[in-house]
Amino acid sequence: MSDTINLVSEALLAPANLHTQQLEAVLGSMLGAQIDSAELFFQDRHTESWLLEDGIVKDSHYDIERGVGARAISGEKTGFAYSDDIILPAIEQAAQAARSISYHQGEGKLKAADNISGLSLYSADNPLRSLAEAEKIALLQRINTEARKIDSRVVQVNASLSGIYDMVYMHDSEGHVAADVRPLVRLNVSVIVEQGGRREQGFAGGGGRTDYQHFIASDLAMDFVRDAVRNALVNLDAKPAPAGVMPIVMGPGWSGVLLHEAVGHGLEGDFNRKGLSTFSGRVGEQVASSCVTVVDDGTIAGKRGSLNIDDEGTPTENTMLIENGILRGYMQDKMNAKLMGVKPTGNGRRESYAHLTIPRMTNTYMLPGEYLPEEIIASVDKGLYITGLGGGSVDITSGKFVFSTSEAYLIEDGKVKHPVKGASLIGSGPEVMQRVSMVGNDLALDSGIGICGKDGQNVPVGVGQPTIKVDAMTVGGTQSE
Amino acid sequence: MQQINKDNINSLMAEVLADAERVGATAAEVDVHIETGFSVTARMGVAETLEHHRDNSIAITLFNGQRSGSVSTSDVRAESLAEAVAAAMRIARHTEADPASGIADAEQLSKTIPELAINFPADLSPQDVMAMAERCDQLGLDADSKIVNSDGTSVDHHQLLTGYANSHGFNQAYQSTSHSISSVLVAKSGEQMQRDYYYSTTRDAADLPSIEKVAELAAARTVQRLNPRPIATAQVPVLFAAEMARSVINNFLGAIYGSAIYKQSSFLIDALGKPIFPAWFNIEEQPHLAKGLGSRPFDANGLLTYDKFFVEQGVLKNYALSIYSGRKLQMPSTANAGGLQNLIVTPGELDFNGMLVELGTGFLVTELAGQGVNTVTGDYSRGATGFWVEKGEIQYAVDEATIAGNLADMFKQVRCVGSDVDTRGKVRCGSMIIDGMMVAGSGKD
Repeated sequence: MSDTINLVSEALLAPANLHTQQLEAVLGSMLGAQIDSAELFFQDRHTESWLLEDGIVKDSHYDIERGVGARAISGEKTGFAYSDDIILPAIEQAAQAARSISYHQGEGKLKAADNISGLSLYSADNPLRSLAEAEKIALLQRINTEARKIDSRVVQVNASLSGIYDMVYMHDSEGHVAADVRPLVRLNVSVIVEQGGRREQGFAGGGGRTDYQHFIASDLAMDFVRDAVRNALVNLDAKPAPAGVMPIVMGPGWSGVLLHEAVGHGLEGDFNRKGLSTFSGRVGEQVASSCVTVVDDGTIAGKRGSLNIDDEGTPTENTMLIENGILRGYMQDKMNAKLMGVKPTGNGRRESYAHLTIPRMTNTYMLPGEYLPEEIIASVDKGLYITGLGGGSVDITSGKFVFSTSEAYLIEDGKVKHPVKGASLIGSGPEVMQRVSMVGNDLALDSGIGICGKDGQNVPVGVGQPTIKVDAMTVGGTQSE
Repeated sequence: MQQINKDNINSLMAEVLADAERVGATAAEVDVHIETGFSVTARMGVAETLEHHRDNSIAITLFNGQRSGSVSTSDVRAESLAEAVAAAMRIARHTEADPASGIADAEQLSKTIPELAINFPADLSPQDVMAMAERCDQLGLDADSKIVNSDGTSVDHHQLLTGYANSHGFNQAYQSTSHSISSVLVAKSGEQMQRDYYYSTTRDAADLPSIEKVAELAAARTVQRLNPRPIATAQVPVLFAAEMARSVINNFLGAIYGSAIYKQSSFLIDALGKPIFPAWFNIEEQPHLAKGLGSRPFDANGLLTYDKFFVEQGVLKNYALSIYSGRKLQMPSTANAGGLQNLIVTPGELDFNGMLVELGTGFLVTELAGQGVNTVTGDYSRGATGFWVEKGEIQYAVDEATIAGNLADMFKQVRCVGSDVDTRGKVRCGSMIIDGMMVAGSGKD
């Protein structure tokens, strides 16, 4: 890890001739009678994306974000400012602006710098260089050709390949110095199919904290192509979805969006410190059926939501949130952990140097149970089997959450029947978690496509779930009984 | 520290274009967005966060014949911009030739830049604004004994500088402002909590509602949501409150973007010139409205924005096109590169109470959740919160319901639009009744 600190400090601080002593002086100037802690967060992030549309790789975009954020904390108050210029006068100016949250002057105590060691869950190599430009274009072209070859009903193929090389460096008034180099790659394939004037869309994609070889090594890219076409063709046969309350079975993997919305957000530390969540003050209580165990795990090698350290330098953890239905704890950043008198869990995250750190999920998933997926489906007389999801959202105060299907089938007499059109499902997090009656043995994490939005900030996350059955949820289709 | 302002933005853009020519680009364009300002949040009546913002975005696109490459950066130092230009040129050597690519022809570019009333800088100190947010939050907490918590009152003041230049001689910039306030409160009844909010956003800070008004409306809306009941699954008329009617209009707009049309990913792909709404229904774009949140003098291609109907007497008159999507579809641009401007849905006669009476018995929707809108097929299914209405009167709050239909049918089944226009967005629309939607819930018949 101190290799990482050296590498990142060389890239971010050295060009401006910045040293630890100068950062300590800035942090010292931010502390005062009523400022408990101060922090500087440096970032240099390079993002590229290559876009195939209408048969040609028509555009490529390269984005550079570089800057430093200064935060001053006084109890429950936070002052924040940032600069896109990493030079000492700009940092001093941002620091003073952040400090203005407290009007009181005075002396604070700065602790001596100490390097924090993080995990090593991914390589520090630049993923953007893991393929030559011509190879990136060739990969997208092959996706286009293959998709059209699989089925003549494919009339449109859109694909994008993107990579991020993100370096972060942080130093706070507690003396913590930490750095991380975070690769992230992503491949998306979406197709439009047409038959007899009806058009439908199919989608597949994935990625993680690795490089572009991830898509090529075992030809994962072509798996995505086949899956996108299959998804679109299934939807060509979809009939109107049912409307009303019924049992649902959710397939493994990306269906974990249900968990992310139903309990994940409601267990973030800030909402609970403020008493805003339907789960506030309920640690130790039964909040889900006893077959439900949920963790937030930032420590899985190469996964999209994984981090060696969070954005405050705390190494990520495998945090038990709900154990056999009992609420065990919340996800915390440093500020909310301190105010709640618990330990930070490595969930302090920010979209960039220009955003404030808040508690966020990493990879959130449900542990497997004992049932075979077939047994679970066979137990349903009439209901919905959901294998593909769009997005979701939640009102953490009432607990009501929503997600939308992108691939779902009717279950009748324990058997999977015809596909149904996309529908939104709505329920209350604590109620739906109590109604989870069967948990499969087939836990899978998603392929690496999750983006989570909160307070206007987007961060990459992972979700996962085995096949599960929820005894009753409201399905928003168009066909009533 | 070099900072971009209204005095140096044109020369900065000219330098980027000169760099582009130097590295061999056959054409080039540069977009600049600078947003400066601050936001404060108070919670439980006391200061919580103060954030100072300065967001720079410089996006440069270079063309190498019909090939293109683009780079964006927050770093405005001259050497960084020169590096960005070089990087864009490297990319433009690799991408494939696109017959539709390239900047607008010189004669298409706006020659005159209208002065719009969209820039109202307010000289406010963060400390004063924080004190205002604290008072507003406390007023909300004190407004009703059922209000037990606050998720914060936020006030934002921002100044924007937008510039665009290209190698056909266009080089212009304009300033605008954005001021907003929002207050989120929590009410409790028994063990159950509900959250709601009120917000406003304006070009001119003087037009923001008073903090007393914001607190009162936020508290009233929150308390009104307590003690919700489930409703039964049935086909009933739905009254979309004005801010939710805007969301339905936004679903329409998403389906007429040129990119959705040429990618064949819209259910309105063959609808140009055809009736898609009732014959009395109009949606007009008015890009130069004084204080309009969607007002701008020129689009992201440098074309003068102009008034036009997207829907006139129920007929789809235009897709929303940029130079690029226009070329793809062999149609002229509608000066909608980078998005749409103010859109006016012609208001009807009835105010909100009149609309409730017109609804008779049905579902009043005040909040929508989830992403269940499929632009390819028009299939629509979303989570909905609101109130059950009988004989024109609100009976009780409803949550945990869904509403579903197909946008093509929903547009045809718009019964009427109210006079209660919500001006807090680019789309200005009154409340709207749509017949024939399927409402699902866990209630008994």
